[in-house]
Amino acid sequence: MDRVLFGDNQFFGVNHMSEEKARAQAMRFQHDEAIIEVLDAALDEGIATFMCTTHERIGAICDHWRANPPKYKGYKFFPCMPYAHKYANAATEYGIVEAIRRFLPQEGLLNAVVRGGMSLAKKDVEGVATLLIDAEMKMFQGLETPVIFLQNVVTDLLLGTGFKEGLRIFADHVRLRYNAEPGFITMNLIRLLDALDEVGLENPIVCCNINKLGFRMCGGAAAYEQAIATRRFRPIAMSVLASGAIPPREAFEYVCAQKQIASIVFGASTREHIRQTKSLIHMLS
Amino acid sequence: MIKAALIGLGKMGISHQAIITAHPDVKMVAVCDAANYVLTLMEKYTGVKTYSDYRKMIDTEDLDCVFIATPSRFHAEMVRYALDKNLHVFCEKPFCLDVEQGSALAQLAERKRLVTQVGYHCRFVGAFREARRLAAPNILGNIHHVQVEAYGPVVVRTKGSTWRHSKIEGGGCLHDYACHAIDLMNYVVGAPRSVGGTVVKSIFSQDVDDEVYSTLYFENGATGYLAANWSDDSYRKMFTRITLWGTKGRLSADRQEYQIYLREPNEELSLDAGWTIKNTVELTQPAWFYLRGEEYSAQIDHFIQSVKAGNHQTESTFSSALATDRVVQMLLADAEGRRTEVWKNSGAATAKKRSVLQDLLVGGH
Repeated sequence: MDRVLFGDNQFFGVNHMSEEKARAQAMRFQHDEAIIEVLDAALDEGIATFMCTTHERIGAICDHWRANPPKYKGYKFFPCMPYAHKYANAATEYGIVEAIRRFLPQEGLLNAVVRGGMSLAKKDVEGVATLLIDAEMKMFQGLETPVIFLQNVVTDLLLGTGFKEGLRIFADHVRLRYNAEPGFITMNLIRLLDALDEVGLENPIVCCNINKLGFRMCGGAAAYEQAIATRRFRPIAMSVLASGAIPPREAFEYVCAQKQIASIVFGASTREHIRQTKSLIHMLS
Repeated sequence: MIKAALIGLGKMGISHQAIITAHPDVKMVAVCDAANYVLTLMEKYTGVKTYSDYRKMIDTEDLDCVFIATPSRFHAEMVRYALDKNLHVFCEKPFCLDVEQGSALAQLAERKRLVTQVGYHCRFVGAFREARRLAAPNILGNIHHVQVEAYGPVVVRTKGSTWRHSKIEGGGCLHDYACHAIDLMNYVVGAPRSVGGTVVKSIFSQDVDDEVYSTLYFENGATGYLAANWSDDSYRKMFTRITLWGTKGRLSADRQEYQIYLREPNEELSLDAGWTIKNTVELTQPAWFYLRGEEYSAQIDHFIQSVKAGNHQTESTFSSALATDRVVQMLLADAEGRRTEVWKNSGAATAKKRSVLQDLLVGGH
């Protein structure tokens, strides 16, 4: 994994600080060209990994990458699935089972399972889950995806309900089918590390908020620091700036001082901002 | 350990299940749903005991409290059953579709000294809690106007097949988005005395309403405006905002931040004249477990702590949720009255009405 990864929240109107800023960003990036321009700027600055949700608009970005192989040689995508709002909105509209059915590439499988009564046996769940993963991965066909992430809303839902086997199902399929490393995004690092231990996933890649304020770090910053220092996993730091609440230098100093942190993911909308952030990380690393 | 059970494993139910199960002071004893496939899955992978009949679950298991996250139409009967068995109850919003039933249940819970809570999670959002605190005479002055809004992308085409799209099940924007907005207003400034000019209408839905607008009148002469529209996909997800205009300034708050504008500085709170803006990072209390917003965890924790302490005055009791149901009832009555008037506009009634209107316009009899 590269030291610096480029994130995508800014492209899709995700901003934890202000609805107005989120909307302004959604407007600025409503055309794919605007996104590509920023990704190209990041690439010019030496950032060659894009950690992105499986938002439907990423499909168009992937098309552009596939159309320009020499330019993007060696470029890596780290897909993060699923784009939860897509499922949440569909679940509201159609109900959970119908929503899942709609996202399955081969219609009828879950249908058959559900209509067949209570036959959601172990194998069927795995089958459905892996089909959903395949559906999400379709847009990345032909591109390098060495690490594939499970989004925090699903990771943490599995964690909370105790459906830990789901974490293993995801990991197995990602390894087997895509020859990729599984990654897990979480807001509950300590709990996740315990669960991954339980299902036998060693030295996992885990992406979580790591910031000085302890913002969205369940268990608190001290517990995270200890886990990072003592447990065997590959941490990726996100939300380092806590949505802008921490000044950049102070924020990256905190993260870079923890030597076990493998990578840092950040999002930015301008070349200047990308350059500043990247050089700050390198200076402090 | 507080022994809990959950009824309803839909979108909200599963979210609650994760948060409740992760709570260090709770033992999730059993879950109940009408859909067998979900139950089989839960039992097999999470080891929780499952039931398809909530009465049987309540009768069989030794419980302290029950969480209800079913379609709204079932709330009243389930709440009654649980209260009759002396269980503390957390019920999803809206509380009851029928105000009389809701009132009886709120009274029953009070008589039995049981802890009650309704899932109005906005009451646990840092910025809204601050809005309530700042909505005071010494800060904003006398509040003369309030605006509450809720927009989002639930129904954006003529389709949809869940209970949220069915009138009889308690679906529709009024019972969903508008209820959040109304409850937020009730929480911050109190409930209105009456409503007028209410519009409850469909954009895409066949059976339910998609947008709600109304003017609100408060006891002290203040007015308000409610706007809720769940067919607005210019919003990525549900957006709720409250804005207050007072004699000393203006405040608006949404899930992410609050912005307050004061004419004069407030020394007591060290607020400058002009704008003060605080966002979620500063306003949010950390949760022990995070799934999709601290407020969802905070409301569950508040209920559990209230059960442990025997605190009947939760942040969102049946009684306070009933006040929201009452506003809904007023809105429906007002909207229906208006519709009747519109219908009269056809044919003879129109002619008569027009002549009255003309008389008024020309000042004659």
